[in-house]
Amino acid sequence: MIELENVAYSYGGGELLSDISLKLAPGSFHFLTGPSGAGKTTLMKLCYGALLPTAGHVRLFDADVRAYTRDDVAMLRRRVGVVHQDCQFLDHLPLSENIALPLHVSDRSAEAQGEDLADLMHWVGLTERANALPPELSGGERQRAALARAVIMSPDVVLADEPTGNVDWDMSQRLLRLLIELNRMGKTVLVATHDLSLIRATKAHVQARVLRIANRRIQLAGADL
Amino acid sequence: MSGLRAIIGGALRPDTQADRVVPPSGFTAQLTVFAAAAMAFLAVFALALSLAAGRLADQWGAELARSATIRIAAPPEQQQTQTDAALRILETTRGVARARALSDAEQAALLAPWFGAELSLETLPVPQLIEVIETAEGMDAAGLRLRLAAEVPGAVLDDHSRWRAPLVKAASRLTLLGWSAIVLIAAVTAAMVTLAANAALAANAQVIAVLRLVGATDSYIAQAFIRRFTLRALIGASVGMVLGMIAVLFMPRGGDETASFLTGLGFQGVHWLLPLLIPPLAACVAFVATRMAARRTLEGLT
Repeated sequence: MIELENVAYSYGGGELLSDISLKLAPGSFHFLTGPSGAGKTTLMKLCYGALLPTAGHVRLFDADVRAYTRDDVAMLRRRVGVVHQDCQFLDHLPLSENIALPLHVSDRSAEAQGEDLADLMHWVGLTERANALPPELSGGERQRAALARAVIMSPDVVLADEPTGNVDWDMSQRLLRLLIELNRMGKTVLVATHDLSLIRATKAHVQARVLRIANRRIQLAGADL
Repeated sequence: MSGLRAIIGGALRPDTQADRVVPPSGFTAQLTVFAAAAMAFLAVFALALSLAAGRLADQWGAELARSATIRIAAPPEQQQTQTDAALRILETTRGVARARALSDAEQAALLAPWFGAELSLETLPVPQLIEVIETAEGMDAAGLRLRLAAEVPGAVLDDHSRWRAPLVKAASRLTLLGWSAIVLIAAVTAAMVTLAANAALAANAQVIAVLRLVGATDSYIAQAFIRRFTLRALIGASVGMVLGMIAVLFMPRGGDETASFLTGLGFQGVHWLLPLLIPPLAACVAFVATRMAARRTLEGLT
């Protein structure tokens, strides 16, 4: 589904990632951890075609990302839901329209009127906030809204980059439970976080593989977690 | 080609949701509409100028081309003989519709601006003038000159080409200047829309980033901007065109006798329909300019 093979990424003369090999199998759950600045966000961006590797190969859905046209990348993002720590919205549109945005841009506006959107908003606990504008939302609400927007197209993969970075412990747990639910529905999930306690708290609920980026390389995390 | 067709189709097809993804831009939108209106207003005048100059060139060319003058400068005792001989030649010349010798009163009237109305032609050795009106096919001026030289030594043919050429050339040049002004107005409109579109794209960088993240194609994002600027240019140019046509309509008119270039500035007949092309052309210019600006910006983004 997503496969990185001996990938390196350099920026500004320095190598951020080196010799990274990674394979996200369908239905798997991965944590990606490492200190701030280790390259977690860069690796995530490589996984959804926002960056191209400077060496090695990134294969997304069995095609090399370098062969993707700009339209291909747009189509790819309909199959890969992305949640950022500083999730951005269209501030002038109400929350429900922001969540339904992926449907609109993919010419499926009719579905945005249906029950699916209401169910999804209920699932993330934002039914009451449907008409609120994004600047009126709390950090936790924004993260849940971003998660709802990321999954409304029923993507094959969900990539979450520090999704709990701006929320308290309880909200972190709630977000993680939503991601685990998605995984149980068959979605491939990759969560980047520097919060090891979050990973420890989650391990009992999901069979997750934990990867760590250190010294520009990726390694399977072991018993220290 | 199919991509372009999709973009044009998308830009023209109303999509309220796509229009809403870009926040309303308020004052800059009004500036774009105002600039398009001003350009259309000027374009109407440039068009009127160009068409009026074209009409004038045709009119001058046609009027002067159909007439000629023969001047008989001979000793007084031979003047009538040579005048009669010249008229006989003209009667048998192909392309001459009619010819007549001007009367003394007519010749005096021609000289009156310089010598006053009290002029007596007997006191001056004034040559006899013959007015020649040509048929639509025109006459062979060179051949006529040769015949006159052989049979009427005092005759000089003036087919007005010395006067006609610079007048027609000036009017033609004015027509060209009018069209050049229209092209420049279109170019300025394109530059103005490009600047406005670039500013809008830069101001909406976050919107574009969000749209890219959720799977919007470049054409979807571009269309949101293209539609907006095309519509603004269309509305502004329509207002400017109407105001321009009203201004032209109320330009002072002279009668047939006093008609001059300035009083003749305006549209005639079907030419009143030509300004109606300005709004769609302004919309086309805005469409192309915005599309190019959007494509440049979007291709620089991941």
